Amino acid sequence: MSPHAMFTAFATIVLREVRRFTRIWPQTLLPPAVTMTLYFVIFGNLIGSRIGDMGGFEYMSFITPGLIMMSVITSSYANVVSSFFSMKFQRSIEELLVSPVPNSVILVGYVAGGMARGLGVGLIVTLLSLAFTRLDIHNLPVMILTVFLTSALFSLGGFINAMLATKFDDISIVPTFILTPLTYLGGVFYSIQMLPEFWQAVSMANPILYMVNAFRYGILGVSDVHVGVSLGMIVLFIAILSVVSLRLLKRGKGIRH
Amino acid sequence: MGNALEITGLVKTYGDGFEALRGIDLHVAEGDFFALLGPNGAGKSTTLGIVCSLVNKSSGSVKVFGHDIDTELSAAKLNLGVVPQEFNFNQFEKVFDIVTTQAGYYGIPLARAKVSAERYLRKLGLWEKRDSPARMLSGGMKRRLMIARALVHEPKLLILDEPTAGVDIELRRSMWTFLEEMNRQGTTIILTTHYLEEAEALCRNIAIIDHGKILKHTSKRALLQQLSVETFILDTDLTSQEVPQLQGFATRLNEEGALEVDVEKAQSLNGVFVELERLGIKVLSMRTKANRLEELFLRLVEDNARDREAQA
Repeated sequence: MSPHAMFTAFATIVLREVRRFTRIWPQTLLPPAVTMTLYFVIFGNLIGSRIGDMGGFEYMSFITPGLIMMSVITSSYANVVSSFFSMKFQRSIEELLVSPVPNSVILVGYVAGGMARGLGVGLIVTLLSLAFTRLDIHNLPVMILTVFLTSALFSLGGFINAMLATKFDDISIVPTFILTPLTYLGGVFYSIQMLPEFWQAVSMANPILYMVNAFRYGILGVSDVHVGVSLGMIVLFIAILSVVSLRLLKRGKGIRH
Repeated sequence: MGNALEITGLVKTYGDGFEALRGIDLHVAEGDFFALLGPNGAGKSTTLGIVCSLVNKSSGSVKVFGHDIDTELSAAKLNLGVVPQEFNFNQFEKVFDIVTTQAGYYGIPLARAKVSAERYLRKLGLWEKRDSPARMLSGGMKRRLMIARALVHEPKLLILDEPTAGVDIELRRSMWTFLEEMNRQGTTIILTTHYLEEAEALCRNIAIIDHGKILKHTSKRALLQQLSVETFILDTDLTSQEVPQLQGFATRLNEEGALEVDVEKAQSLNGVFVELERLGIKVLSMRTKANRLEELFLRLVEDNARDREAQA
C-alpha cells in the first residue's frame, strides 16, 4: 500500500470509530459527564469544603486534574476494548483482515479512535469543572502532552484486552478489578505525601500515579513525582504496549485460526 | 493468460491436531469461473480462509495473480474480494457506510468510494436501502450487501463461500445472472456451494475436495463426460401411475409424475422415442435432469470414504 492509501485506511478506521461512539453518545459521552459532575458536587463541594487544603490548594482545585484524567483513562480504554471486541464477536474484524491494511495502521487507527473519545470526554469534563472551580493552567505543553500520551497508553491497554478477550466478561474484568483500583489509588483524591513511607513506595509502582501527577503539574504546578520521570514512564509504557499489541496482531491472537 | 490463484502443497493443522488440509495443489486460471466442492468439513472454507488471510497456514504456498501471500501479502489482497459464508458486518451500521468503509480499507478516498458504492448497491438492488442499518435487511439483501462490499474496490478475483445459502430460488437466479455478468467482464470467480446445480450451471472448472485432499481437479465438461448414464425427464400424456416399461431403458416416475428415463452413453435417444411410440405415449416436453454433477460428486466422495476405510 502507498503511504497515501495507508493514510486513507487510517482515516477510515478513525472515522468509523468516531461515528460509532457519537452514534451511541448516551452510552459513551453522557455517563462520564454525569459521574464527574457528581464527583465535583459531592467530593469537591460538600466533602471538600470540610477537608480544607490539599497540597497547598483548595481540595476542589486539587482533585480536578485527577478527575479529568480519570475520565480520559476510562473512556480511552473503554472505547477500544468495546469496539474491537465487538468487531471480533460479530466477525466484522474480517473486513479489516482481508484488506491490505498493515497491522501498524490498524493499531494506530484504533488507538486514535480511543484517543478521540478519551480526549472528547476529557474536554467535556474540563468544561464542566469550570462551573465548580477555576483552572489556572501552569504549563500548557506539559498538560497537553500528558493527556495525549495517557489517552494513547490506555487505548493500547484496551486494544490488548480486546485481543486477549474471548467473552464479554473478559472485557469488564480488567476495568473493574485493575483499572478502577489503580485510578482511585493513583493520587486522584489525595497527595501520596499523606501516606506512610511504605505505601508511598508501593504507590510509585502504580503507572496511573505518574499520569495524574504530570497532568496536575501542568494545571497546578505541583506534583508528587518529577514531571520528567512521569512523562518518561508514560512513554516507556506506550512503547512496551505497542510492541505487545503488534505481536498479538501478527500472531492473529483470537482473530485468525 | 496466467493464473489468478496458485496453491501448492497447502497444509493446515489446527492446534488440536486436526489436519484440515493435507497438502493440496490447486490452480485457477485468470478469467475462470471455478467451483470448489466438497462435503461439510472437507477443507473448502479453510482453503479459502488461508487465501484471504483469515486462517494461518501450516505450510505450502499461495499466490494471487503471482503475488505470494508470504512475501507480497498487500499486493495479493488488493486483487481479492471476499464474500464469506456467515454475515460478518456490523449489524448496526448503515448499508452505505459498510460499503464505503470497506473501500477506505483498500485506500480508496471517500469521494471515489461513494461513487463505487453507489454503482454496486444499485446493481444489486440495495440503493433504496442505503441508509438502513444492516440488521433491518432481509437474509437475501444481507448476502447482496456482502457482494457489494467485496466488489467496491473492483478486485480481479472474487471468492464466494456459499453465496446463495438460504436464498430463495428467484433471488438465487438473479445472483447467478449478476455473477455471470461479472465473470464476462473479466472478474475471475471462485465459489464453494452446496447446490451442485449452481456449480453445474455457472462454472467452467471444478475441484472436489474431501478430508483435506483434492479428489478431482478438472473441467466441468471432462467431469460430466465420466458419467456413463444421462437421465431425461419426459412430461407425457400418461394418466396411470403404472411405470411404462421401455425395452432396453430403465424408467421410473418422479414425484411430479413425470417419466424419468436413463440413457446410457452407447444408447441412442431415438430408441426411447421408438419405444414410446410403440406404447402409444405422447411426449409433451423433455429436459435433462440437472443434478448430473451431484451424482458424480456423491460417487467420488463415497469412493474416497471406501478407500479411507480400506486403508484404516
